[in-house]
This record gives sequence, structure tokens and C-alpha cells, in this order.
Amino acid sequence: MLQPSLQQARRLPGIVAWAMRPLPLFPLEFALVRLLAGILERHPDLVGRLSGMERRRIAVEPDDLPFTVVLELQESTISLRIVRTLDIIPVHARIRGPLPVLIGLVDGVYDGDALFFSRDLVIEGDIEAVLALRNAIDDADVDLLGEVAATCAACGSPIDGIKRALEGILRAVLKTANRGHVQ
Amino acid sequence: MTPHGPRTLELVCPAGTPASLRTAIEAGADAVYCGFRDETNARNFPGLNFSRDEMRASISYARERGAKVLIAINTFARAGDPGPWRRAVDDAAAFGANAVILADLGLLGYAATTHPRLRLHLSVQAAAASADSINFYVGRFGVKRVVLPRVLSVAEIAAVTRAVSCETETFAFGGLCVMTEGRCSLSSYATGKSPNMNGVCSPASHVSYRQDGDCLVSRLGEFTIDRSDSGRPVGYPTLCKGHFRTTAGQGYLFEEPVSLDARRLLPELRTAGVTAIKIEGRQRSRAYIKAVVAAFREALDALAAGTAVPIESLASMTEGQSVTSGAYRKAWR
Repeated sequence: MLQPSLQQARRLPGIVAWAMRPLPLFPLEFALVRLLAGILERHPDLVGRLSGMERRRIAVEPDDLPFTVVLELQESTISLRIVRTLDIIPVHARIRGPLPVLIGLVDGVYDGDALFFSRDLVIEGDIEAVLALRNAIDDADVDLLGEVAATCAACGSPIDGIKRALEGILRAVLKTANRGHVQ
Repeated sequence: MTPHGPRTLELVCPAGTPASLRTAIEAGADAVYCGFRDETNARNFPGLNFSRDEMRASISYARERGAKVLIAINTFARAGDPGPWRRAVDDAAAFGANAVILADLGLLGYAATTHPRLRLHLSVQAAAASADSINFYVGRFGVKRVVLPRVLSVAEIAAVTRAVSCETETFAFGGLCVMTEGRCSLSSYATGKSPNMNGVCSPASHVSYRQDGDCLVSRLGEFTIDRSDSGRPVGYPTLCKGHFRTTAGQGYLFEEPVSLDARRLLPELRTAGVTAIKIEGRQRSRAYIKAVVAAFREALDALAAGTAVPIESLASMTEGQSVTSGAYRKAWR
């Protein structure tokens, strides 16, 4: 049987999830688009691993938050948008799990197969596209805290406060991810 | 025993990407096995494997740190089109790989003739499980090491190792293939693609998952592999780990989703004369490789030091979230 305590540890604390619910999507989408652009610029091989793949739209759904990140994978780039519902935007695949699990996957804390085996991660749709994205991200060896710092630095000092806030949120989420990582 | 004390086991670790290769070496791998980004290796998964440039750079990285790189070219060449497989062997030799891991008789012949100084390992995909079979490969092609199938017991491994004139390597951790590898047609039956010819068992292009309430429905091609309620761990969508309803009842027909962990058997494997142990999982992430390689490095160092082998659980990393000694103990049904 699965370990319920471990699954609980991988979830965002309820108070944090609740506090993030009323956040408007536009500033978050703006920040994530900039972050993604920086990651792709610093890790060009990430897109290279997706070469030859048909255009695919993948929904990444933090099941403890009221929005979905939609990634569009194309021959030479990846684009991003945030939506409240998938009713208006058809996708080829869906990846669903708690935010710390999804962040931990990108940051290299977790193994995607292990999360799937433990049922912390739910995958539906085009599995080939999901695997390609997972493998490309894992090879890129992304350090999310470093990426946030680099992206904010490129924007200049006026957003130092935003940078500190983003880093604080990310540290809290990664702390949750590491707490749910037993090794 | 060697003249210098107890013999140590070589730790052979998987890498599906250059980042994984670096992680494996940092975690204590003696050797890393990997493949080119095409159908010449048995983990031809989307987004995985090494371009030619990545392979060349990774071999340099490993060499600078005293680790070996073994290149798996272990699918069977397409009839009438051996070109991609021969080019893979040529490039492996040119890049300075420490060995190539082959299964195809024709490719073994090509490698032995064209690159006589290239070290040849016989892949588990060749399904060579008897001393006579292995010694044929040694005598005919100069094979230096055989990767034994995961269907032998420790006693059988010891007997084979004594009777062959090459090194033996056994799997010690990871996905447990319960069929005779290289001869399994279950994936081909369900999807038309197999690890033997295409490098993919249960290819992702033919897999679908669907949530039906709390139930996860896994399908491979036209076959429903499993319907798992939310309390049950799941495994890879392979027919051999499927949960079926038959006239005899409902359950896992061939094998449960469970992974091999042979750490408790390391002393016996060393006594059996095995040269190297192998961790499965080129399709897995850096997180898996870091955790598993570090655990095995610790275990092997303890074994070499003559202290108790530490066995911290790795079940959370495994298929089905549980581990077994597999055929090594011959205890499973």
C-alpha cells in the first residue's frame, strides 16, 4: 500500500494554497513567461531534445491551486500560458499533482516514474510528449532558485522586492518537496 | 580473493542523458552505460539518449574522473539495413568508449573484424544463459564480458561464472524483466514494436492512462493492462506486469509490479565470481540515479571493508513501490 503520510508531506500546506487562490493570473503568467524564456536561453539543449516532435500542448495542473499552466511544445521553442479552466483550450496531454511535486520534478528533487508509481502524479493523453518533456527537463539540470535570481537580475533593481517574494515562495515549495522526498 | 584482499565488484550504472551520466559518476559509479539517440539501443525513448557530440563529450568527462563508458548498441539490426548499427559501433570506437554492449551476431562479427581492439560485452538481450552459449561468443568474437539474464539463481550464476572464459555481470537493481530478454514478443504482440528490434518495450506512443473516478485505467494498444484503485501502487504498462481477469480469478498473471534489489545478495554474488553489478534504469531521472547509485556505492564500499552492508529502503523509487530478490532466490511464484 502507499504511504499516506508521505503523500501528505508532498502537498502544499493548506494555508499557502488558500492564500494563493485569489491571485490574479496575469502577473503570474508574465513572471512565468519571463522565467521560461530565461531557462530556454540558458539551456538551449532542452528544446533540442524535443526536435522532430509534432506541436503538442500539455496541461500542467497543480491540484492544490486553482489554475493550470499550459505548455506548448514546438520544433524550436516552448511557450506558456495560464488558464483557470481547460474548457476553452484543447490539450494533448495532462500532468496533474501537488505543486511541490511538480516543482520538485523540474528542480530534480523527484523521479517522475517513482511519483507515477506512488500515484502522486497523474498523467493522461499523449504519453510520448510527456516523456519527451520530462527527459528534456531532467537533462537540462535546472536550478529553479538560480533561474529566478538570473531572470530577476535581467529585469533590473526595480523588481528586487518581487524577486525576494518569488524566491521566498519557491524556497517554501522546495522545502515541502524535499520533506516529501525520502532517501 | 585476490592477492591484495577481497575482490571488489564493479558498479555499472545507467544514464539516459549527459546530466544523468554526470550524476552517476558523482554518486560513485565505476562505469556508466548509455546509448545513441536512435533505434540502435534498447531504451529508444522520446527525449532520451545521446547525440554524437554529447557522447564524445561525456566519454571525455568520464575519463577525466576515472570512470568507464559502455555504449549499448543492443538491438538487432534491421534486415537489409545494418548501416545505423555499424555506424554506432564505428563511432563508439572512434570516441574511445571503454566497451560496446552488443547482442546481434552479425554486429558482433562486424565489431570484432573492423575494430579488433574494441572491447565487446554481450548484452542481456543476447539471452546467453549457459556456459556453452557464452563460450561460443567468447571463442568466436572475443567477447570479454557477458551480462547474464535476470532468470538465473545465484547458484546458477556461480556455476556459469566458473565455466565461462569471460567476466560476468549481473543486474542488481531496478525493473525486473521476467521474460528471457531478447526473445520476448509481448510488446510486439500488443503494439508491433519491441525492445529487440525498435528499442522500446511498451512504447509510449501506444500507452494510454485514463482516470475513471478513483481508478487509473492503463492500456497498451488494444489491451487494458490494469485498473488500479487509488490505494494501490502501479507499475510500467507492460503486459508482463498486467493485472488481468481470467477463468482462474483476478490478479497479476505473470509478475507483480515490483523491482529487483539484490543488495543483500552482494556477498554471495562476489563469492560467485561475478565481476560487475548493474543498475537498471536508463529511462529514469537524475533523482533516481543519484539515490540508487549512492546507496549501492555505500553497500559496495562496506562489502569491500568487510563491514555490514547497509540496506536503507529504496522502495519509494521502485515500480510497484516494493522490492524483491527476483530469480536470484527463486522464491517468487
